[in-house]
Amino acid sequence: MKVGVLDKADGSAYVEQGKNRILIAVYGPREAHPKHIALPHRAVLRCRYHMAPFSTPERKSPAPSRREQELSKVIREALEPAVLSEYYPRTTIDLFIEVLQSDGGTRCAGITGASLALADAGIPMRGLVAATAVGKIAGQIALDLSDAEDKQGEADMPVAIMPKSNVVTLIQMDGGLTHEEFERGFDIAVKTCHTIHEQQKAVLKERYLAIKEEVEEKSEPAKGEEE
Amino acid sequence: MLAVGKRVDDRGLNDFREMKLEIGPIERACGSALINLGKTKVMVGVKVEEGEPFPDTPDEGVLTVNAELVPLASPSFEPGPPNENAIELARVVDRGIRESKAIDLKQLCVQPRKKVFVVFVDVYVLDHDGNLIDASSIASLAALLNAKINEYEVENGEVVYRPELKTLPIQNHPVAVTLAKIGKSLVVDPSLDEEQVMSARLTVVSDKDGRICAMQKGGVEVLSIEEVKQGVAIALSKAPEVRFKIMEAVQT
Repeated sequence: MKVGVLDKADGSAYVEQGKNRILIAVYGPREAHPKHIALPHRAVLRCRYHMAPFSTPERKSPAPSRREQELSKVIREALEPAVLSEYYPRTTIDLFIEVLQSDGGTRCAGITGASLALADAGIPMRGLVAATAVGKIAGQIALDLSDAEDKQGEADMPVAIMPKSNVVTLIQMDGGLTHEEFERGFDIAVKTCHTIHEQQKAVLKERYLAIKEEVEEKSEPAKGEEE
Repeated sequence: MLAVGKRVDDRGLNDFREMKLEIGPIERACGSALINLGKTKVMVGVKVEEGEPFPDTPDEGVLTVNAELVPLASPSFEPGPPNENAIELARVVDRGIRESKAIDLKQLCVQPRKKVFVVFVDVYVLDHDGNLIDASSIASLAALLNAKINEYEVENGEVVYRPELKTLPIQNHPVAVTLAKIGKSLVVDPSLDEEQVMSARLTVVSDKDGRICAMQKGGVEVLSIEEVKQGVAIALSKAPEVRFKIMEAVQT
């Protein structure tokens, strides 16, 4: 995971996870356009999850599929609780998630990266959002299925939480799980999200340290002039 | 009010609204059902046509679920292509049917790689008073159970129909149960009034063996870890009684 990878965006992140390659950009808070979508009491969060035509084994049509539209919605809902949108009334915050190469679990990697990009844009948040998926393959509960595993697997359950307050912002599931398997898988997912959260914090810290060094380097000659 | 276990319409927290199912109201469809869940009305029509299989499942029939939020159902619905709410609704219903393997799609193959039957499940929301997911999923299952196609024979890759009818190969009965989080409470089958004040929603689809086959969280706020677990447990305990009512309606 990396942050601040794009020049024009207010915040950005890049996530590599297995064969997944995902680029995320945040624009905003900026003036709402069209204007009528603006809300008087908070910012509107908009999200587009999109897969590049070359991201899948067979070419994917670039037009947004129903799957991408549903994922855009659930990703937005997974991040919305974290964003302190009431600080920026009448604006929009636009989030673009481009999957350049996909290998299962892209929505989770997208959410994890998107919350980094939001932090990189300096948007105040209640906490980061971390996501992962648990699945079931050959009767075993397994973490973060790859695309091939997902196709053969018996179940897939993406989970996103805000690790700081330990609340769930996204949960979906398809396949077949018994009640007991669900409870076990869910606990594993929550635990893993906490681990991812530590990695997210490390990535952000590294970025800010780099910026700090850069600023200090630039300000040193300036000091010399004053003297 | 919720804290003392009461709801605006006098239901208990885990009670569904009164459910009425009309089976087969549309004769032109292979199968159809109209559900009244409280004041929510959803009609589902099933059509079966010949088509091509997907390349990755050459020997299986195709299931397609589409949902229309018809403008006459609510002042907030507008004409036009399905928006994200309609797409989410269709996809959650689709996942329940698909992942529980409710339809034995292998039996709908005519000629591998060439010709299969395509089952179109069209969800038509007629009156929106909340909990469209459960209403649509119940009506879809009822319509599928009701659906009949002509007996047929395959001659040189062509389907030759006979006048006798047969039912679709339905082997599982998925049921969706949706809970809304309002304040600190979880309530089953939220009405529109409740949906407007809910902070989040959790749908759990389970099959006839009590296995979970699909889940979906919705809404812009959060659920605690405990609430998710509690929601799943409630949904699993409610599904059999809903399933019983569907089967009862379909068989009479």
